[in-house]
Amino acid sequence: MLDDPLNEESGNTLLTRRYFLEAIGGGAIGIAAAGSAMLTAQFLSPNVLREPSLRFKAGPTENFPPDSVTLQKEQKVFIVRPKEGHFYAMSAVCTHLGCITNWKTEEGIVACPCHGSRFDSEGIVLDGPAPRSLQRFAMTLDEQGELVVDKGVIVGEEVFLRV
Amino acid sequence: MKHVMGRLYTSQLWRSMFRHGLPDSNRTRAETIFYNFFLHIHPTKVRKRSLRYTYTWGLGGLSFGLFIVLTVTGGLLMLYYRPSVPQAYWDMKDLQFVVSSGQFLRNMHRWAAHAMVAMVFLHMLRVFYTGSYRPPKEFNWAVGVLLLVLTILLSYTGYLLPWDQLAFWGISVGTNMARAIPFGLGEKMSFLLLGGNIVGENALVRFYVLHCFILPVAGCVLMGIHFWRVRKDGGV
Repeated sequence: MLDDPLNEESGNTLLTRRYFLEAIGGGAIGIAAAGSAMLTAQFLSPNVLREPSLRFKAGPTENFPPDSVTLQKEQKVFIVRPKEGHFYAMSAVCTHLGCITNWKTEEGIVACPCHGSRFDSEGIVLDGPAPRSLQRFAMTLDEQGELVVDKGVIVGEEVFLRV
Repeated sequence: MKHVMGRLYTSQLWRSMFRHGLPDSNRTRAETIFYNFFLHIHPTKVRKRSLRYTYTWGLGGLSFGLFIVLTVTGGLLMLYYRPSVPQAYWDMKDLQFVVSSGQFLRNMHRWAAHAMVAMVFLHMLRVFYTGSYRPPKEFNWAVGVLLLVLTILLSYTGYLLPWDQLAFWGISVGTNMARAIPFGLGEKMSFLLLGGNIVGENALVRFYVLHCFILPVAGCVLMGIHFWRVRKDGGV
């Protein structure tokens, strides 16, 4: 519009009325569009999730004999007691694509039914497509002597609960 | 009979819908095409070669036909299916065992969905082997690729809706694949797809809306562009 040779006034005027109004109108629509896009993006991400708590009671220690791996299927967690007085909680969610793994007592391994990944009882990958070891979760003992696992807190492999 | 048809063709109702004469001259034959909503996108001239059945194998048309079948059967299935965790699986079972023709419609939807993925893929192969992706039709190839992606996404989002073990683990695996997107986008992507951290109520509703509304509408828009360009390029 400014450099339009057919518009005689455009040569001297910096801002024609038409261009000014177009800019104001276009700018307002642009701001409204950007705002709507932002609001829609926020709308798509839920603020309140009615999902089960990540913290759960796994049961009293005597439920888990020494040298055992017990799958808590609802929680997708293995409660492992490698020896007397030692406990750790290990995720049963395969690190490949999220299927629930199983403990094979005869073979002494953790196996994933989906794509054949295998882990040892410490969660270390033996073979298959899984890229990482199984995660470990923080575990505590409450006043009633029950094991409490918090899936929100991921701990290293050196962390044990000693009872 | 001839008399009745003559009355029909000269009636106000007929002439309000078809505002040209019967196709008995070149002019009215052309008008029959131009003034019909469904026919007007046809090209003015078609090469005899491109009419040969063994050139196109009608694969694009078959894909579209299956899309129509899926829209009709899907719309009917929606009348009995509720996308919520307590009901979804049992509504699907009701469709199989209780609703009249429910099993038939469900199977038709299922098989047509499988067939559509296959047809779209074969159509793409045909276009590739006849070199129909070459300029000036390269943009339509790109639209076609988007349509293939939409077909696969429709197939995938429909997979969750029966809410059985296959559906649950299929979606668990699929959204975990989305998690693999780098730069921290994967977690966000999976969160938005599922509407949370687990495959639950929110995920079911989201996949339902994607499957029944967002993806089909996007598909219709792209199909409109796709068909229009095919016709303007002299295809059938």
